[in-house]
Amino acid sequence: MVAQFVVHTRPVKWLQVAVAVAILAVVAACDGGAQPSKGNTLAGIRERGEITWGADIQGGEPYVYEDPADPSKKIGFEVDLMDAIGRRLGVKPRMVQYSWSNLVPSLERGDFDIVMNGLEATSDRKERILLSEPYYIYAETLAIRKGDPYRSIFDLVGKRVGTLNQTYAHDMLRLLGIEQVLYEGNEEPYLDLVQGRTDAVLLDNIIADRYGCMRPQLHCLPYDIARGSYVIGMRKGDAELKAAIDGALAAMRADGELERILRKSKLWDDRQTEVTPVSGTTATRKRNFDGDLVGQFFQAALVTLELSILAFLLAVPLGLLLAVSRVYGSWPARTLARIYIELFRGTPVLLQLYVLYYGIASYVNLGPMQAAVIGLGLNYAAYEAEVYRGALLAIPRGQGEAARALGLGPWQTLRHVMVPQALRLALPPMTNDFVALLKDSSLVSVITVIELTKRMTIAAVDMRSWLVPGLACALMYLMLSFPLSELARRLERRLARDQRPHTL
Amino acid sequence: MISVRTLSKRHGDRKVLEGVSAEVTRGETIAIVGPSGGGKSTLLRCLNYLESFDEGSVEIAGFKLRPNMGRGDRQTLRELRTRVGMVFQAFNLFPHLSAIENITLAPRVVRGLSREVTIARAVELLKQVGLGDRARAFPHELSGGQQQRVAIARALAQEPDVLLFDEPTSALDPEMRDEVMRVIRDLAAKGMTMLVVTHEMQFAHDIASRVWVIDRGTIAEDGPPSQVVDNPQTAVAREFFGRLRRS
Repeated sequence: MVAQFVVHTRPVKWLQVAVAVAILAVVAACDGGAQPSKGNTLAGIRERGEITWGADIQGGEPYVYEDPADPSKKIGFEVDLMDAIGRRLGVKPRMVQYSWSNLVPSLERGDFDIVMNGLEATSDRKERILLSEPYYIYAETLAIRKGDPYRSIFDLVGKRVGTLNQTYAHDMLRLLGIEQVLYEGNEEPYLDLVQGRTDAVLLDNIIADRYGCMRPQLHCLPYDIARGSYVIGMRKGDAELKAAIDGALAAMRADGELERILRKSKLWDDRQTEVTPVSGTTATRKRNFDGDLVGQFFQAALVTLELSILAFLLAVPLGLLLAVSRVYGSWPARTLARIYIELFRGTPVLLQLYVLYYGIASYVNLGPMQAAVIGLGLNYAAYEAEVYRGALLAIPRGQGEAARALGLGPWQTLRHVMVPQALRLALPPMTNDFVALLKDSSLVSVITVIELTKRMTIAAVDMRSWLVPGLACALMYLMLSFPLSELARRLERRLARDQRPHTL
Repeated sequence: MISVRTLSKRHGDRKVLEGVSAEVTRGETIAIVGPSGGGKSTLLRCLNYLESFDEGSVEIAGFKLRPNMGRGDRQTLRELRTRVGMVFQAFNLFPHLSAIENITLAPRVVRGLSREVTIARAVELLKQVGLGDRARAFPHELSGGQQQRVAIARALAQEPDVLLFDEPTSALDPEMRDEVMRVIRDLAAKGMTMLVVTHEMQFAHDIASRVWVIDRGTIAEDGPPSQVVDNPQTAVAREFFGRLRRS
């Protein structure tokens, strides 16, 4: 009976692939099925006496943010606006925290009633969801370093310009064919501009005024690159809700409450009373999974591969050094190695990448790729160190004795006897770690490196679908990891000739 | 060649060696026998300082060993170990190296000899131990007896003045013991100075120039095999050999 369950290595791999594909297919099937109820959101709001709105406090001051005096309280002009709208609709507003780039998909899923968080009225969004009348008119503002010769956005063709992902500014830069460097937070684009990692930053005047223009090293061009409006997003089919909210906004504009709220946050300017521009003229068509996109995926896969290989080339020797220090070192070396391992293994890679790229930028100015390789390499070295330590301890005691009895010194023993045997023993866990690194490398998108997963998320937004880019991305990861596992398997067979499995 | 004076060693409270004194002259083959746990292996391992000792001194191959030698003596100890070879019960061949690489490693790395010289010498040594055709074999491809013969060739490659054998045949089947014994016998005939910890009475009787019976950390009896094995004087030796004959 038992023998029937013995499966050989090769079929197991195909089995895994088959199972993975099946799971993806099931997930895909479920994805389309969960449509929220249509058109009765307003009735639901009235019934519950509550309107839920999605926002991200990472957007920071002045939109929605934690009150420095009382972090349990959310403040900001959008909180004030929602309070006013809620009062006029006779319901209580409640904010729900979502990552900004997922606000629209989460709205469509029915996670909350409306989106209000610096949502720009782009033609893309207009196609996808219902948009209210504007509650704020903003201007795209270009920040450059003082002394740089740029006078307009067109001077920056061929340069690198920072902005936030999925913003109107992002669309503009893409349309103009300017290289975009994408960030998740408001502070980082300007930090990198100061450091010389980018040539300009294009963002809303609200962000530019608060996070960029006041920096002594920077200068904001004195005219608007473009204008646009912030609107409230609602699900398609919620026309009643849109009418109610537009009515509330119009009343607030008429009786001066809108002006009062915006003035409170020092946001009121002449733009608010000038003729509202038809914003979001960028015609980013819904993209298909065409050859162009496939090319971008391959390019991103190369970045992932390069990043992983370089990081591992750093992690292996460093890990070996740490392991040797921990096993054979004097007590200071042992302690230092121990501290290193605990520090890098015990804190998130994401944090380490932030510190390496932004935290120490004024002392050591690393490029994104350099910071990514060093960050992942330093982190994985801690894991490799423990793998090698285990392998060193697994070598029979007699090996070291035989080497000593032949007159080999400590280093010679390590170099010729211990390390070669430890590496052979460590080969399976090392392969494991390399495949893990391949996937962990997706974290470096937080320091603006566009690798495979980031490329997938960008493509998913452009295509309005996660399924095709997701599958393509998964396939690419498998294409990278499978040959590596195979290579490792062969290497293992060649190196560890005497390590055939024992019969149980 | 070897002079041991009042050698003592403790493991915590337990005395492993207690005032051992002995002399070995060039070309002698000493068989070290005695009950388990009596201190045979410990004495042997003190002679190339794989283990340190607490009192007494050892002079071997022109080197003086003191109690508790430390980091400062590392270089001396390494030189000593090129003059005093050792063969282990578990062979301890390097599993990632072929037979010939096992043999050439130390001469190349420790003494800095050239590839050509070390390989030529290794080929010669492999022939000497009857394995001229297995130079490229890896340890796991060799039988226990073959592995132990490679280990002897490895020790000989450093051209030592003294060879220490720590129960070289205990891990082997009887037919493999003979092939290893034959190699040791040849070395004895060539005049190599050797100390062999063993349970093989036939071997002690036929090859050894002297037999030491070690019990409870001391040399209980020391003399030619005709005297010690055939006509033991001490109660310990009588009992030990008596038990061996019965079994």
